[in-house]
Amino acid sequence: MKDRLEALKVEAIGQIKESQELKDLQAVKVAYLGKKGPITEVLKGMGKLSAEERPVIGAYANEVRDSIQQEIDKKQTELENAAILEKLAKETIDVSLPGRPVKQGNAHPLTAVVTEIEDLFLSMGFTIAEGPEVETDYYNFEALNLPKGHPARDMQDSFFITEDLLLRTQTSPVQARTMEKHEGQGPVKIISPGKVYRRDNDDATHSHQFMQIEGLVVDQNVRLSDLKGVLETFAKKMFGDDRKIRLRPSFFPFTEPSVEMDISCFKCSGKGCSICKQTGWIEILGAGMVHPNVLEMAGFDSKKYTGFAFGMGPERIAMLKYGIDDIRHFYANDIRFLKQFKNA
Amino acid sequence: MLISYNWLKEYVNVEISPSELADKITKSGIEVEMVESLNKGISGVVVGYVQECIQHPNADKLRVCKVDVGQGEVSQIVCGAPNVAQGQKVAVAVPGAVLPGNFKIKKAKLRGEESHGMICSLQELGVDTKLVPKEYSTGIFVMPSDAEPGSDALEYLNLNDHVLELGLTPNRADCLNVIGVAYEVAAILEQEVKLPNLTIATIEEKAEDFISVHIDSLEDNPYYGAMIIRDVKIGPSPLWMQNRLMASGIRPINNIVDITNYVLLEYGQPLHAFDYNRLGSKEIVVRRANEGEHILTLDDQDRTLKNTHLVITNGKDPIAVAGVMGGATSEVQNDTTNVLLEAAYFASQRVRAASKDLGLRSEASSRYEKGIDRNRVYAAAMRAAGLMAELAGGKVARGIVEAGKREVNTYSVKMDVSRMNGLLGTEISPEQTGAIFDRLGFSYKEAEGQFEVVVPSRRPDITIEADLIEEVGRIYGYDRIPTTYLLSEARPGGLTKNQSQRRDIRAYLEGAGLYQAVTYALTTPAKSTHFSFSGEKVYPIAVAHPMSEERSTLRMSLLPQLLEVLQYNRNRSMEDIAIYEMGSVFINRQEKLTELPEEYAFVSGAVTGVFNEHLWQGERKTVDFYVLKGILEGLMSELNLSERITYEAGEIENMHPGRTAIVKLDGISVGFVGQLHPALQKELNLKDTYVFELNVTNLLEKETDQMVYQTLPRYPSITRDIALVVDQELPAGDLTTVIQAAGGELLKEVNLFDLYEGEKMEEGKKSLAFSLKYFDPERTLTDEEVVTAHNRVLKSLEERFGAQLRK
Ligand SMILES: [Zn+2]
Repeated sequence: MKDRLEALKVEAIGQIKESQELKDLQAVKVAYLGKKGPITEVLKGMGKLSAEERPVIGAYANEVRDSIQQEIDKKQTELENAAILEKLAKETIDVSLPGRPVKQGNAHPLTAVVTEIEDLFLSMGFTIAEGPEVETDYYNFEALNLPKGHPARDMQDSFFITEDLLLRTQTSPVQARTMEKHEGQGPVKIISPGKVYRRDNDDATHSHQFMQIEGLVVDQNVRLSDLKGVLETFAKKMFGDDRKIRLRPSFFPFTEPSVEMDISCFKCSGKGCSICKQTGWIEILGAGMVHPNVLEMAGFDSKKYTGFAFGMGPERIAMLKYGIDDIRHFYANDIRFLKQFKNA
Repeated sequence: MLISYNWLKEYVNVEISPSELADKITKSGIEVEMVESLNKGISGVVVGYVQECIQHPNADKLRVCKVDVGQGEVSQIVCGAPNVAQGQKVAVAVPGAVLPGNFKIKKAKLRGEESHGMICSLQELGVDTKLVPKEYSTGIFVMPSDAEPGSDALEYLNLNDHVLELGLTPNRADCLNVIGVAYEVAAILEQEVKLPNLTIATIEEKAEDFISVHIDSLEDNPYYGAMIIRDVKIGPSPLWMQNRLMASGIRPINNIVDITNYVLLEYGQPLHAFDYNRLGSKEIVVRRANEGEHILTLDDQDRTLKNTHLVITNGKDPIAVAGVMGGATSEVQNDTTNVLLEAAYFASQRVRAASKDLGLRSEASSRYEKGIDRNRVYAAAMRAAGLMAELAGGKVARGIVEAGKREVNTYSVKMDVSRMNGLLGTEISPEQTGAIFDRLGFSYKEAEGQFEVVVPSRRPDITIEADLIEEVGRIYGYDRIPTTYLLSEARPGGLTKNQSQRRDIRAYLEGAGLYQAVTYALTTPAKSTHFSFSGEKVYPIAVAHPMSEERSTLRMSLLPQLLEVLQYNRNRSMEDIAIYEMGSVFINRQEKLTELPEEYAFVSGAVTGVFNEHLWQGERKTVDFYVLKGILEGLMSELNLSERITYEAGEIENMHPGRTAIVKLDGISVGFVGQLHPALQKELNLKDTYVFELNVTNLLEKETDQMVYQTLPRYPSITRDIALVVDQELPAGDLTTVIQAAGGELLKEVNLFDLYEGEKMEEGKKSLAFSLKYFDPERTLTDEEVVTAHNRVLKSLEERFGAQLRK
């Protein structure tokens, strides 16, 4: 009987090994280990054996059964793995094909520059003040020390709507309005970004509509040296840590003293190139200490309060930063232009 | 303002190079925009003496000259200039010389004749044609007879000079003349200013014997001075004077006119020379022009005057427009012998009015407009009269005939050193301060840091303490001012809620696939009213003097400009575009605008062509209404407004009448979304285009609830789907509203998941399928509760719309 079992074992293992698919294996299992299988048959004939032989053969039969089962399990895992691999192989795709595009627009470069500047000043404790784009002569000019007939009004040819209303030529009226709201109490610490308008013919460097960002600080003991500190921080953050700044005396009706700020050229670091017109310096913004008349008109005591103001043009900054050569690009909104500023 | 470096050095000692000087001037407050070398790379040009000049044997227009070019060397030079003649001193470019543009001179043969060099015109030496004296404008330039053959011709012609171009701000009109710049340079370099000597010899006869002066209004003309210079001989002015005029951008005419221009440049005082014999009377009367009065000006133009213009008359007729231009009848001519020299101070408004109306802007008028130094008028007259005596052989009659006050009193301004240091952030001592005022030529009194500074009449821009502080600061040097940080207490900056929401809107729309555009606020009158949804009557706002019709009227909607952007891109074959803009629009409800118009922040979008595509998967979906509505729904959810927003079919000018929804917040219109009217699409040559426009100001004005966390459901929800048959024109939104209302507390979600309008439906009907989700966050719902709520929904739908469950 033992021989019979041994033969069954060899036969079964042989068939297991030959099984190619899970159902073959299942058939082998049923054939050999099933209730009607040969091993069961063998065990049924155990009654004929002696009491000594019975446990030995019984044990042996179980052993055979186990080892067949083990072989089946082993083969089953093998076949299953092969099936998975085959399935995966069939599922293979071309990963080099382009992915499904995710719709994603981006900000206009001017907005990108304005937002960057806003964030910088917000981090320095400034808030953002806004005002109307159609302004009164009073806020646009008179409150800024530019009475009617002042020659400096010619510096800005304006779009008047009526004798008293015009498209603002600068964002400074927001400063005048903000100071007025403070009713003579400092501190005021704002920047005012926005659109402004001047009667200019549109060409590569002029635009009848453009953006400005102005800043204003009014408090007790505000000094020109503080303005220098703020502007230096701004220049380094905007144009790089190794930028140097230079203040040059200038003239604006609403500040006294007035300055213009140059930064050392970020292209040539001061050696001279076409961007800085060989001077090593690039003019970035105008600034100054708020004119006492402007303070007084807005209700501040100019003996007690001082302040500084500065103003810059985001177009110019964007043109410098990105090497854009024509201001009209900003307003044409060519989609191929806009799409370039994904990371701006 | 063009300043000759060599001329400047006559009044102030300058030992640094023109470019170093320019740098220092710029740093101290006047921007030198350019330093131009008058020697544009020229070398090898010497003075030559034309010993002989004969006709070229083979060419009518050429002459063969024997020219002494110094050290006994005589060269044969062929010259084509019509005015070359024997006995002239001329500028000769000898072989090896280089002319502007790197033009090298070589020996040559011209029509068979040897030519060893070239006799030069001023143009060939780099002088602008419009500055070359008329008599030499088409030929060579003839130099004075005392020029030494062989010596450097550039020295004679002052072409080794440099010109500094100053960009002057309106406050620094004092630097519109060489002496003014000399004061500035003297302050910068710590030097003295040397002024011209003004003592002149006069003859016995008195000026007042020749002329009387009367001014109608001292307000228009605070001062008028007339001097008489007799027996002048008109001729060219000396070369040094011509050179300086040319370097300053003025063409030499004759000695008398050149002198008035020279003194104008030197002192900043406009002067006019009349031919005394042609005045037509012995009196000068300054008055307003009569309305419609005529004058023939120097340029032979007949001018019609207004009564806002000021004229100089001979008591009867105008002989000059004050400060603007002289008349032709009294013009100095070649036969002029007696000159009346006018040195006056005219009110800037008068000069500006005439200069603007007549379209005449001159060196003189622009100086009057910007303001001249009242206390320099007399000195300038003396200077010019002296030069007329010296350079034109004139005899100066004694005295000056005057009307008005010759000089005005100076005033002083106080300045406190500690306040100055407080404003600048410096520690400048009173001694240093005083030294700087000395350098500026300001006299002062000082006690314990309190300065009282007398402002020189040339600097009327200085009126308050801050002006003096600026003067000290700029001469001290802004680069020496320290860098400090604000002392005030730190307070947090930050965006307002409205500002940060506007940023959120932009970021959301960009995330949804739209590119931001920035367009012009000015548009055409016709476009300005398009897409208006402001309800009541609105009036376009036009600017008074537009640059063009295209940019003449303020927008009431952002869409016309966005559509222009689509067209612009389409014309460049970019047909699939998704853009948005956030900007101001201007609404005017007054027929005549008297106060600020309403100004709103709008956000608008325009999408045309393919919006979603994945080419190799065959997906290519053009934009439709629901793409844009979906974007708006997401936006409203972002703003926490979803539940208060409704979309109602409506009509907007230029929009598709059947594909437009009015967006309402709490039942009030805040914008719209839909397709452009096909007629407009066709007119603009656009494919199907969908747009939206929202009034952000109104949208954000409403308080939104503070966002509160909702407990996550711990109990299962129960979902019931229903398919309803309703009339085809019934909006799905109405069904949703009714379902929500009827479902009550337990109904948490309603989603439309199917729409069927096909042939299997009865005529005029459609089927809509909704999925309703019921749950209670606190407990498990019983079947009974859901059945009750659900039946309520079905009942309401049937009652309101006759909706039947689809079988
Ligand atoms: Zn550079």
